[in-house]
Amino acid sequence: MATAGAEARPPLLSTAAQGLKIVVVGGFGVGKTTMVRAVSDIRPLNTEETMTRAGEGVDDLSAVQGKTTTTIAFDFGRISLNDETVLYLFGAPGQERFWFLWDRLFSGTLGAVVLVDTRRLEDSWYAIDRLEAHGTPFIVASNDFGGPRHTAEQVREALDLPAEIPLVECDARSRESSKDVLLALVHHLYALSTARSASEDPL
Amino acid sequence: MTRPGRDEDPDRLYTVTGGRSRSTVGAETFDLVTLVVSESAPVRGMQSEHAAILRICRFPTAVVELAADLGLPVSVVRILLGDLLAQGKITARHPRRAQTADALPDPDILKQVLVGLRNI
Repeated sequence: MATAGAEARPPLLSTAAQGLKIVVVGGFGVGKTTMVRAVSDIRPLNTEETMTRAGEGVDDLSAVQGKTTTTIAFDFGRISLNDETVLYLFGAPGQERFWFLWDRLFSGTLGAVVLVDTRRLEDSWYAIDRLEAHGTPFIVASNDFGGPRHTAEQVREALDLPAEIPLVECDARSRESSKDVLLALVHHLYALSTARSASEDPL
Repeated sequence: MTRPGRDEDPDRLYTVTGGRSRSTVGAETFDLVTLVVSESAPVRGMQSEHAAILRICRFPTAVVELAADLGLPVSVVRILLGDLLAQGKITARHPRRAQTADALPDPDILKQVLVGLRNI
């Protein structure tokens, strides 16, 4: 008997050996789950993580109940890239209060897409600050909500986005468009990664 | 009655893990995308969550998918997986630590991702 939620999902190939992660981060309602759904092989799933701020060294849950426990829910989807490699896409709320959890949850991620709504660019300031501080490479994707057009320069200026970080436009509802956003991120990562290898100190 | 439908109900989590919030065996090594594979079938008398994991993981299944399927927080699933790993009932395919010192992924992995994404 399958557990609820497991029935409809196609299993991975038995050869699947390597999971990779990309995070889509952004403010509430900006289209993170829409984008994950657009490119995922499976209907997005939802799960949660509970974290206790003082709980890292605690051995007994009963001792934890009086402490600050935070639960965060997140959506994810997956794309089988080949017989062995599976890419997981996580939608992560960008609000300040969640970041101490993301640092842990998403360590080892390839990179991030910051999804922005040009009508509410300030919602993504914190996420961008945090990614920069954490050293996680990212690009910015502006989801087209059909409002007044903003030039790339205007968006860059409002986000104080350095020239070397790609800014792309997208329609998160479209599979092709969302796929192009992921490709833009991976191209960016590839350029960073090869540039670094080339300039590596022989010592 | 307990609150309906809330999985973080501490009573349930306490029961599922036998009161532990950490595993004795390497639960921290289970990444969200570590792929778990069953090495044996569930047996009678086994804790139902352990049995469910063994059923689901007949095919490779990521830790985060297990958490979604079981309706349990990822941290609790890690503890259950630590139990099964210690008993030799599962194997874990961990993500390769391909990151270079400044956290940039390996170009070879990125090439695979580019090719794979273009084909979706």
